[in-house]
Order: sequence, then structure tokens, then C-alpha cells
Amino acid sequence: MAGSISVSGRNVRRYASVRAATGESPLARRILIFVALAFLALVIGLPLVTVFVEALSKGWAVYWASLTEPDARSALKLTLWTAAIAVPLNTAFGVAAAWAVTKFQFAGKRLLVTLIDLPFAVSPVISGLVFVLLFGAQGWFGPWLAQHDIRVIFAFPGIVLATVFVTFPFVAKELIPVMQSQGTAEEEAAVSMGARGWTVFWRVTLPNVKWGLLYGVILCNARAMGEFGAVSVVSGHIRGKTNTLPLHVEILYNEYQFTAAFAVSSLLVFLALVTMIAKSVMEWNEERTEREAKRVEEESHEH
Amino acid sequence: MEKTRSKPDKTRNILPGFGLTLGCAVTYLCVIVLIPLCGVVLKTLELSWDRFVDIVTSTRVLASFRVTILASLAAAIVNAIFGYLVAWVLVRYSFPGKRIVDALIDLPFALPTAVAGICLTAIYSQKGWIGSLLEPLGIRVAFTPLGIVVALIFIGLPFVVRTVQPVLQELDRDAEEAATVLGASRRRVLLRIILPETAPALLTGFALAFSRAIGEYGSVVFISGNMPMKTEIVPLLIVTKLEQYDYAGATAIALVMLAVSFALLFVINVLQWRSARRIAAK
Repeated sequence: MAGSISVSGRNVRRYASVRAATGESPLARRILIFVALAFLALVIGLPLVTVFVEALSKGWAVYWASLTEPDARSALKLTLWTAAIAVPLNTAFGVAAAWAVTKFQFAGKRLLVTLIDLPFAVSPVISGLVFVLLFGAQGWFGPWLAQHDIRVIFAFPGIVLATVFVTFPFVAKELIPVMQSQGTAEEEAAVSMGARGWTVFWRVTLPNVKWGLLYGVILCNARAMGEFGAVSVVSGHIRGKTNTLPLHVEILYNEYQFTAAFAVSSLLVFLALVTMIAKSVMEWNEERTEREAKRVEEESHEH
Repeated sequence: MEKTRSKPDKTRNILPGFGLTLGCAVTYLCVIVLIPLCGVVLKTLELSWDRFVDIVTSTRVLASFRVTILASLAAAIVNAIFGYLVAWVLVRYSFPGKRIVDALIDLPFALPTAVAGICLTAIYSQKGWIGSLLEPLGIRVAFTPLGIVVALIFIGLPFVVRTVQPVLQELDRDAEEAATVLGASRRRVLLRIILPETAPALLTGFALAFSRAIGEYGSVVFISGNMPMKTEIVPLLIVTKLEQYDYAGATAIALVMLAVSFALLFVINVLQWRSARRIAAK
């Protein structure tokens, strides 16, 4: 903090001793750190290690074979296609919703923000069920779809719909707080100087929020590729046709092909790790910009 | 508080795109989320009231609700205690590898639930690393209600840590120091100053973890063993009914679950709104 620079040496020492008194004893501190880390190792570390140990338990050749067999490849392809449709749709929605919510005041804003969160609150199984009720054989549009020979449930469109539903809030949720903290001053300045809407967005807003947006997209993508419950309800589990990667993992596991199940899982774990690294990088970037800003401010005070 | 945001401010907003973005967002929200969800409610209305009550009060359904709620509650309590501890350690102390540990907290958010499910089953089954240690003690985790709790602890942990952590970070240390200088013991400072300040965040984290646990499916189905009346959770029962083409049954149970989820969402929103107001009041 800026204030601590000007205090004299004696004050700093006294300050430090108060700090020490408000902390725990070194022993208590060590015990707390140990308990917390042991808990994390058990809950989070162990499952992470298990995936790789089990996946490689029969060697690299089996690992590689499990990833390249035709069913696994078609599951990977289906997963990639699903994400390729769901993520851009939800990104466009997230940007539009964040713009409306953060740059304007209007009645019902809080309601809108709550409704965006709705898919988080709904069980994934119910997210799948709603589309079965709409498009299934006994659903509202079922007879009409059957007449026109269009398959939604137990087919690709159903998988995409369920995935879009489940990953719906992610981009908006990441973007809204970032855009909120940016305020509207820069955009207003640009508009008053004659910039058009799109120019303002591309040149002013986007550079400010790019990290938040990127993380939202990556998180949305990870969830789109990893969704299990909702997709499992609408997919019908047709091997080589409507199996996404997580569903393929389930089938392999239920057929006691454990090594193959963990090998395919390891792909999804890589995806999760990339997502977490992206988040850390974004946070470190933010911290650095904040520190830089603080340093510049302090320097300008000194002069 | 003085009302600073009055009408003229609204009309002075010169930014473009309000109609377009709000229109797109609301339309998309309705098509993807609201209309499909209304479908569940309308579908249930096709049932008579007596039939609905019959379905949701059948012994198997009630047993699954009992298992789901008790396991979620147990997991949320464990997460509240250890999540608070983890957040505390991450904010207050420094140790080697802290950044990596901090980043790893998000693993349950990013890891597909099915993968979590098969990993935990492998660890806690009788032949697994921990399962084989517990077996001589007569404790079985996989394929018992305890297994469900273990899976839900994994799923819910980041919710508590990530809600408590920022509040602990922003906690003003002046009050803590003042109390210490005035002679309060460390325990008194913890109970009277730190805990009350962070309690709303802890409660929100608890509610988030609980709400997520209630609906969780992927990580639980592998480890629970899925025995009706004993380890069958509500989402699984919905899937089972769907697989038997019992759409009425599945929809009726889903409606009850939706009601529970929305009640929780409402509570969480009120909690967050109140803590936001507290921060704004400072």
C-alpha cells in the first residue's frame, strides 16, 4: 500500500510485530497448511494421478490403440463438432447479454442476470429431459418431426441442443463482471468522437475484456466437450454414431475395458488442465496490470 | 443512501446497440432455456393431481430423495469446513507451490463428471488405493452411500473455496489488529471478528455446493452402485424412468427437483445480493 512507504523504520517494526500477533503461531500455521494440503491431495490430487496411472498401466501401445480405434475416433469427432456449434452460439449470446446488462440501465436487469444462471441450477439430467419432452417420440413436436423424417433425439441435433443448454451461462457469466468493472466512459468517449457501434466494440471494448472473454470461451468449451448427464439422456448411446467422448468413457468402463476408459479420459483431463492453465494465466495477467498501474501511480506521486 | 442514478442519466446514455443486444439475448434465452423448461411444467399438467402425488410419494422416489438430500448435505458440510480451511491457508499463509495448488482447486469445475466418477470408483473400490486400506477396517466406500458423499465432496469443493477466498482476501485487517492490540485472544478474534465477516460468503458457498450436489449425476452413478432404495439418487431415477419410457413418472419427479433447485437458486441470490449490499455500504 502507498501509505507504508512513508512510515519510518521503527513504525514498520512495530507494525510487523502487530502483524505477527494477529497471525497464528508457527506450529499452528504448519498444522493448518498440512491439513489443507492433505485434504486437497486426497480429494483433487489423487483422482488426477489415477487417470494417468490407470491409462498407462498396460503401456503406451495399448494407450495409443485405445485412442485411435474407430469408435474412439468417431466419439472424438462428434465431441469436436458439438463444441464447434455450441461454443460460438453461446459466445455470441454471452457478448450480447454482457453488453446489454453492463452498458445500460433497464427494468428487469437483475431478473435477466438470474435467468442467465438458470442452467447452472438445473440438474444435467433435467436439461436433457426437457429436450426429450419437446422433440422425443412422445414429445410436443415428436409426431411432426416423425412425419418429416427429422431426428432430433438420439441424434446429433439433440446432443447439440442439450450441450448448448448446459453451457449457456459460461461466457456471459465471465464477461459481465469484467465489463462491469470497465465502466462505460471509454466507449462514450469513442461514440462522442463519432465512432460507430461495431468500431467501438472491436477497438475499445474488446481489447479491454479480451482475457475475460477468452477464459469464458475456454471454460464453455471444456464443459461442452465434457458434458455427460444431459447428453447421456438425449444421445441414445449408439456406438460410433451418437457417442461423445464422455459417453464413450462410460461404455468402455461398463464393459470392464478400464485401461481404454482411462486412456480416453486422459484426453478430457488434458482439456481440463488447459482450461485451468488459461485461468491462471489470465489471473496473473490481471495481477501484473494492477501492479503496473499501482507502480505508475506511486512514481507519479513521488515526482 | 442518496439516489444518484435518476432518470436523466438513462436518457444521456449515448452508447448504441441496446435494442439489438437485449433483443438477441432475450430471444436466445427464451428459445434455449425458458421455453424448454416451461415444457416440463406443461407436460406435468397433463397428469391428474392424484397421479402426480402417487408418483412423487412412492417409496422408491421418497427413498431416492432422502439419499440425495442427506448425501448432499453431508458433502456440503464437509466442503464448508475444509473449503474454509483451504481458502484460509491460501489467503493467509505462503508455502512453496501455492500458485499451483490454487490453480488446481478448479479441477472439479473443468473435469468432466464421468471422468471424476470412474477415477473415484477406481480409488475407493475394494481393490483401489484407498479402498484396499479401508477394507480391513470394515469400511466400504464405493457402492455405498458413503461413496456418493465422496463424489459430491469432489464436485462441490471449489464452490466453497472460490466464494470464501475473495472475501478473506478483502477482509480489512485493521479491526483484527485493533482487537489484538486491545488484548483479545486469537480465538476471540477469529470467532468474533473474522468468522462473522466471512459467514455470508461461507453460507453462499455452502448453498452453492449443496445445490450442485442435489442435481449431480455423472460423478455419482459410477461410485454409488445404484441400488434402488439404498444408493439410488434422484437424477438416476429420472434416467431409469426415461429408459422405461415412463415419461409421466420422469417428468413428475423432474418437476419436484426443479422446484427444489429454483428455491435454492432464490436463496443463493438473496444471500449474494445481501452481501453485495453490505460491501457497498462500507
